[in-house]
Amino acid sequence: MYPKDLRYSSEHEWARVEGDRVRVGITKFAADRLSDVVFVELPEVGAVVTFMQPFGVIESVKAVSDLYAPVSGNVVEVNTALRDSPEVVNSDPYGAGWIIVVEPSDPKELDKLMTVEQYLKVIGEEA
Amino acid sequence: MAAEGLKRTSLYPAHLRRGARLVEFGGWEMPVQYAGIVEEHRAVRTAAGLFDVSHMGEVEVEGPGALDTVQRLITNDAARLEVGAGLYSPMCLPTGGIVDDLTVFRMGERRFLFVVNAATTDKDLAWIHEHAVNAAVRNRSAEIALLALQGPRASAILARLTRPGSADLPFFHIVEGVDVAGVRCFISRSGYTGEDGFEIGCPWDEAPRLWETLLDAGREEGLVPVGLGARDTLRLEAALMLYGNDIDETTTPLEAPLGWTVKLDKGEFIGREALLRQKQEGVRRRLVGFEMRDRAIPRRGYTLLAGGRAIGRATSGTFGPWVQKGIGLGYVPPEFARPGVEIDVEVRGQPVRAVVVRLPFYKRSA
Repeated sequence: MYPKDLRYSSEHEWARVEGDRVRVGITKFAADRLSDVVFVELPEVGAVVTFMQPFGVIESVKAVSDLYAPVSGNVVEVNTALRDSPEVVNSDPYGAGWIIVVEPSDPKELDKLMTVEQYLKVIGEEA
Repeated sequence: MAAEGLKRTSLYPAHLRRGARLVEFGGWEMPVQYAGIVEEHRAVRTAAGLFDVSHMGEVEVEGPGALDTVQRLITNDAARLEVGAGLYSPMCLPTGGIVDDLTVFRMGERRFLFVVNAATTDKDLAWIHEHAVNAAVRNRSAEIALLALQGPRASAILARLTRPGSADLPFFHIVEGVDVAGVRCFISRSGYTGEDGFEIGCPWDEAPRLWETLLDAGREEGLVPVGLGARDTLRLEAALMLYGNDIDETTTPLEAPLGWTVKLDKGEFIGREALLRQKQEGVRRRLVGFEMRDRAIPRRGYTLLAGGRAIGRATSGTFGPWVQKGIGLGYVPPEFARPGVEIDVEVRGQPVRAVVVRLPFYKRSA
């Protein structure tokens, strides 16, 4: 449910380092809490995102939540498939439900994110 | 998810067993969803859903003055109700503001049953007491559990378990002393989803057994437990008012699309003068339904705009799981209250295109 190779933010985003880029999504916990995701407001490719600042919005049937950047940098890819199939965030949060890919301006920020063990403690689940 | 001070229905353990996510609602700890809002919503539109609505209040008014008391309290006309029939009505303040919206059933010549909102039960009870003349007022909320069985398969499912049968019960009628799987119940053909369905009242402690029996009996028909999340999206697609959001003590039935429940010619009732005056002078705002033209979801509290100017506020808003678009309700000046009028909804600081539409957003085919 919570891959070991990811880093986690306190706002329930995950970050996966892929070479010199970082793929970003929301955790299974966040997806479950939101329940049925019906809309994701995405940034444009080229947008600049800032560590732990909102970069987009995710909406479920019932609720609106900001998406927070787990790392600063340039957005180099956006998951445009979410425009037509936002529910993928629920069904495959670590795979097809990814949200953006960032070229980080300060990769050291990733060290401020949580390990899976730390994150599981925050959400009150056992490893 | 602290439950301190919150009331629980007798079905609380059953909700936990079925993996419900619980939330606070009107002072109660209630299931918001089981499998998921969208899935539950679709089940009610295509098959059937079972809701725990035991948190709602039941108040009985009985005695020689019962009919006069009811007539004084509500805007709709209870005098035309034969025994076993019911209606929906606002209950108003002298200002025309709405104390609550409720259903009232005539259980006997001189006995009426109000079914009122959970959060307003105490307020309603005090108001009914204050205005009752020659009639006893009894709060039966703690002894009556209420289940709602809703959807196109509801009638077939219930018919299997009831003696005498329930299938022939006309819309907005009620019958007492029905045996549902061995539990003595009252059944009304009513609901809050826009579908055919029933509300089943039973003794508080019998509800868990009835709940499981109904779910078992309906499994093959597609019956699933449904939480308050889908109850809200279902009622909004059907354009049914939510007290505290769409209507309250500051709004009148004539401003809301509830003019049909105001019977100014039935005789005196609380609020009549104010409503008569409002009808003569015309309302200054109306509750309308709107659909988003662009991909965005309106929410309660969002500003409604026309030509860049604020004209009102959304009172309800969601993504409609069945109609597959953003839908909302809100008050606007009368000149904007016509289907086809284009407005904007301010979504996170940006105007997003919407259009006023005829209500309801969803209507079941007959």
